[in-house]
Amino acid sequence: MSVKQEQLREAALEAEGVSSPLYASRKKIYPQSVDGYFRRMKWAILVVTLGIYYLLPFVRWDRGPYAPDQAVLVDLVNRRFYFFFIEIWPQEIYYLTGLLILASLTLFLMNAIAGRIWCGYLCPQTIWTDLFLAIERVIEGDRRERMLKGRSKWTPGRIRDAVAKHTIWLMIPWWTGGAWVLYFTDAPTLVMQLVTFTAPYIAYVWIGILTVTTYFFAGYMREQVCIYMCPWPRIQAALTDEHALNVTYRYDRGEPRASVKQAETLREQGKPAGDCVECNQCFNVCPTGVDIRDGLQIDCIQCGLCIDACDNVMTKIGRTTGLIGYDTDINVQRRQSGLEALNVRIVRPRTLLYAAVIAIVGSIMLYALVTRIPIEISVLHDRNPVYVRLSEGGIRNAYTLRLLNKELQPKRFHVHVSGLPGAQLDIAGAKIDEQGKIFIDVGADQSRELRALITMKRDELTPGRHDIRIVASNPETGRAAMAKNLFIVPEK
Amino acid sequence: MSGAPHEDIDAHSGTATTGHEWDGIRELNTPLPKWWLYILYATIVWAIGYIIVYPAIPLISGHTPGVAGWTSRGAVTQELAQLTQQRAPMTSTLEKASFSEITKDERLRTFALAQGRAAFGDNCAPCHGAGGGGAFSFPNLNDDDWIWGGSLEAIQQTIQYGIRSTHPDTRIGIMPAFAQILNTKEIGQLVNHVRALGGLTTENTYDKPLADRLFGEQCAACHGDGGKGNIELGAPNLVDSIWLFGSDKASILQTLARGRASMMPAWNGRLDDTTIKALSVYVQSLGGVKTVP
Repeated sequence: MSVKQEQLREAALEAEGVSSPLYASRKKIYPQSVDGYFRRMKWAILVVTLGIYYLLPFVRWDRGPYAPDQAVLVDLVNRRFYFFFIEIWPQEIYYLTGLLILASLTLFLMNAIAGRIWCGYLCPQTIWTDLFLAIERVIEGDRRERMLKGRSKWTPGRIRDAVAKHTIWLMIPWWTGGAWVLYFTDAPTLVMQLVTFTAPYIAYVWIGILTVTTYFFAGYMREQVCIYMCPWPRIQAALTDEHALNVTYRYDRGEPRASVKQAETLREQGKPAGDCVECNQCFNVCPTGVDIRDGLQIDCIQCGLCIDACDNVMTKIGRTTGLIGYDTDINVQRRQSGLEALNVRIVRPRTLLYAAVIAIVGSIMLYALVTRIPIEISVLHDRNPVYVRLSEGGIRNAYTLRLLNKELQPKRFHVHVSGLPGAQLDIAGAKIDEQGKIFIDVGADQSRELRALITMKRDELTPGRHDIRIVASNPETGRAAMAKNLFIVPEK
Repeated sequence: MSGAPHEDIDAHSGTATTGHEWDGIRELNTPLPKWWLYILYATIVWAIGYIIVYPAIPLISGHTPGVAGWTSRGAVTQELAQLTQQRAPMTSTLEKASFSEITKDERLRTFALAQGRAAFGDNCAPCHGAGGGGAFSFPNLNDDDWIWGGSLEAIQQTIQYGIRSTHPDTRIGIMPAFAQILNTKEIGQLVNHVRALGGLTTENTYDKPLADRLFGEQCAACHGDGGKGNIELGAPNLVDSIWLFGSDKASILQTLARGRASMMPAWNGRLDDTTIKALSVYVQSLGGVKTVP
């Protein structure tokens, strides 16, 4: 009888004559330590991802004198996002949209290939929980000791352990929040401010918020975040198919379960005996308290630790490893009906489709990034009044002109109007060079708003709406940006 | 925390059900963690606290005030005070700066324009239009014609003291009603003459020598010999294409016969000097500032 069934039976017995509860206390989980291929891979991922998270704000990237030199920076005050050689303005938020689309498609693809890779190996919740568990184990001991301590009375030793554990548990999230705020301002400066207690209060607020959430999510909530709070397991369940690899238990090999001795006896008698010795190691190491032998279930984050645990036991008792392993649904069924397992089909229409869409979205984003024009011009026609009659009898239209210089150098732009012969352009605040061209200086990585007036003399007027173009060009690079608009002349 | 009797166990999944059934579909009971329920209780407690602290329950006239004394009006006032405080350094610079200093300093000019735009929307837009486009008898501020002068100082004076306002220093210039001075025929001749000055069509009855003489006698004192107007007296230029009171025959007839005396209030005392200064910069910018060589 599996652990889950046992729990159910107990619950049913308890409920005899009483009613089954709608709310239940959490059954505390004491995951046991384990070593093996997946555990070591998870340690490596933990070190790499946390290393990136904690150290990335300190990486420098030279952008010249007009922009910050932090490689990754979300500059909310100046409304800029810097990522190494990429700089994004707020109106280019579609890059972020594209990035989110790419991220979700990548999740879909991972899911189609090998199930909940994200949940088991990459999710921050999993990684920080792993780290917290490791600290708990070092201080309070492994599963058995912790279970015993959990039932025993408070002794000075236990108090000491608890203080040590919670101190370290609080230091990690404190630095987690500390690293978070470093992404929003110059990291070395803020570190100095934090050390000397001169940082802006909002930094302390955010560090506080992240300290509290990390401490509770990784220290206490743990698997409950995945089971009750996170929508992704449900989405994954809807996305998976019979060809996706998942952590599974080989029923055909494992059942019926019997201890090593029992199995020997049974086999001598010519009766069937499975490889599962019911040591419950797979259940003991599970960070979400799942019995993998109950099959694919929503609580399972597929971290692969039960594979390690089972393989260790199988090696010890001299049986083939792989009683628990990555397998597809289709093979699970085939094996149970005594059929040959099929090769895993990683390349199939579903994965091809996801890969294709990723490639398309990625290419579009790359194209947009490579062809990004560092000048932008936008022109807004005055609404009130739409046109003005001047003393001479001519007509003037007024516009609000905005010039964007996305380069990290101050730039000079020539501005002219085309499409309307005889049109005279005047821009308040602009200057005229020796050749009589209107030019506007825009600071490095800045935008500038100006009032532009276009005038037509009385003799040149034709009533109607005339299409015009206002062109801003950079005399050095020859690059130009253009905005279409109208010049409106009344009937009389 | 009552639930279903334990007999109600779903045969397929082995899970207890809640006992709820819809067309044969039964709801499995997967117990939620208790803390989930406690969070619900916590939100209820929070809501009660919120009702006590903040304005919450509508009454017949008004609402419960809340012990914190918070009001949305108070919050706005506080934010406005903060804004004023933030702007204080720039405001005091603007207060002391002369017009030529404002024109030269791009930052100060931008600040004055922004302040002026806001003040214009609050005070001037009802008559002159949101964009200063004007209307019949309210001058269009976007054109290049300034009845009382387009220099920053002239605009400032106009705003401060008004035109034909109640202020002792107001600008005054009155177009008299000529119906009491001239006869119908003479007024008719002048209507044609004014239209001719503005480059508009005239009637066959138009007698230019007669009209010239009449204009010289009656109009030239204010509008000048050529009809080009006089900024000192606020007498409009009659040879341009801008007609504050209309250019058709009937409108001009009305102007001549009955006179015109539209009014602009004095803003001195209603708006502070810095705001009037900012308004002057903004209003002049509407009319277009020539490209500075």
